Amino acid sequence: MSILVIAEHDHHQLKSATLHTLAAATQIGGDLDVLVAGSGCQAVADAVAAIPGVRTVLLADAPAYAHQLAENIARLVVALAPGHRHILAPATTTGKDFMPRVAALLGVNQVSDITAVVGPDSFRRPIYAGNAIATVQVEDPVIVATVRATAFPAVATTGGSAAITPVPEVFEAVRTRFVSESLVESDRPELTSARIVVSGGRGVGSAENFALLYRLADKLGAAVGATRAAVDAGYVPNDLQVGQTGKVVAPDLYIAVGISGAIQHLAGMKESKVIAAINSDAEAPIFQVADYGLVADLFTALPELIDSI
Amino acid sequence: MKVLVAVKRVIDYNVKVRVRADNSNVDLANVKMSINPFCEIAVEESVRLKESGAATEVVVVSIGPKAVQEQIRSALAAGADRGIWVETDDTELSGLAVARLLAQVVRDEQPGLVLLGKQAIDTDNNQTGQMLAALLDWPQATFASKLEVKGAEVEVTREIDGGLQTLALTLPAVVTADLRLNTPRYIKLPDIMKAKRKPLATTSPAALAVGPGTGVKLLGVTPPTERRGGIKVESVAALVDCLKNQAQVL
Repeated sequence: MSILVIAEHDHHQLKSATLHTLAAATQIGGDLDVLVAGSGCQAVADAVAAIPGVRTVLLADAPAYAHQLAENIARLVVALAPGHRHILAPATTTGKDFMPRVAALLGVNQVSDITAVVGPDSFRRPIYAGNAIATVQVEDPVIVATVRATAFPAVATTGGSAAITPVPEVFEAVRTRFVSESLVESDRPELTSARIVVSGGRGVGSAENFALLYRLADKLGAAVGATRAAVDAGYVPNDLQVGQTGKVVAPDLYIAVGISGAIQHLAGMKESKVIAAINSDAEAPIFQVADYGLVADLFTALPELIDSI
Repeated sequence: MKVLVAVKRVIDYNVKVRVRADNSNVDLANVKMSINPFCEIAVEESVRLKESGAATEVVVVSIGPKAVQEQIRSALAAGADRGIWVETDDTELSGLAVARLLAQVVRDEQPGLVLLGKQAIDTDNNQTGQMLAALLDWPQATFASKLEVKGAEVEVTREIDGGLQTLALTLPAVVTADLRLNTPRYIKLPDIMKAKRKPLATTSPAALAVGPGTGVKLLGVTPPTERRGGIKVESVAALVDCLKNQAQVL
């Protein structure tokens, strides 16, 4: 049986979430086909073709796929579904958007955000903000699942030579119109794949004060994250939110600054290898999960930390 | 325009979840239940659409045993006009089963816009709205942080991984609410009293002609591996030393 994986990319580069999703697919076992749907995305198809273990790269290159609209991608995936027992995509905002649509059009369920492969039709996934782990078995003939990237290693990116097959059909919904996009440009590493994440909460106090976290992050080559409270307060943009409904990260080192540690936030970062927390409140719940806790005022501790590394 | 808003009864946001000793599921006995926070935001947005004149009627629907009437009533207290209760037993329904029931309610009610929360905080599935849109063959906008009805279209700003994206959907459409779409109002006692007199119709999967379908079998639920707290360090220098030499992550 074969597995269809939908690649995540920005039309020029493959996103690492795809590599982790391919690791989950490898654990399930079977021939791997990867769909690259985009506009002017030949380079992405070439990158996928070099991944060892990929059988075929399906390249759907058309302006209709420029914005990854769920209506268009879902119909394309459904057209390519026959012959595949599993359809997998990363549990990013793009995958979460079109995959349930794929499942419903196929008349099957979707397993969201899998964190472990138990068997070809059985998976583990977090529920209740990660406070419980469910093991589920899918009874449908086709298994549609999104994959939590941080729960799987990345597959190798070189050594393969898969064939690239163009997909000529174009699906274009007429009732959805792209208006605009404002993407945050940053030279820092991507939040979900960074080795170190420096994250701030309400305790940081203002957008201006976040500059301290950016300085620390730049010194460490780290990504910057935030709690929902910090985003809601307007200190940082929404794409930095880590937690149950934001991004899930699992870096080697997570530095939590001025973060109390609500369960919804912990759900997004407690799989980090090492957690360091700086908070002036010694009773903050973040200290119950932190490997290293420093009870200190962040405005004196952070400059000192920046100077000492 | 009529707006249909779907709500789910879930464990209260502030309650600490515990797994049953037999690992069959989480323990919901005697636990405070509430309207799912994202559904509450969807209800608030529907009511604001009515207050702004963009919507003429707000219909709230929920699926589940009798207790879900509480959540329908709280949506009515927030300003929805009438409720529809799809009566089912205690069995947990899959996202697809819920979407199929909602699709039938939509076909009967013919709303111009369906609003849902982007995900429920119990199963964390994030799929019902997208599935509903697929079953109806309607356009969708998930993770909405801003919504504006403009003539025959609804313009929606979505929170995506890289930032924000704005789409215009031709109505009728399905939109799912993210956290920053609005802040739900505080419900006052007179509104709760008034909500008791608002109409609440009852229907069932049989009446909607929707079968149970296949599903996803829950084999078991376990607590997550507990993360043990570590040590407190006395100074920034000690912290750097630990991260460098003990944890070796710097």
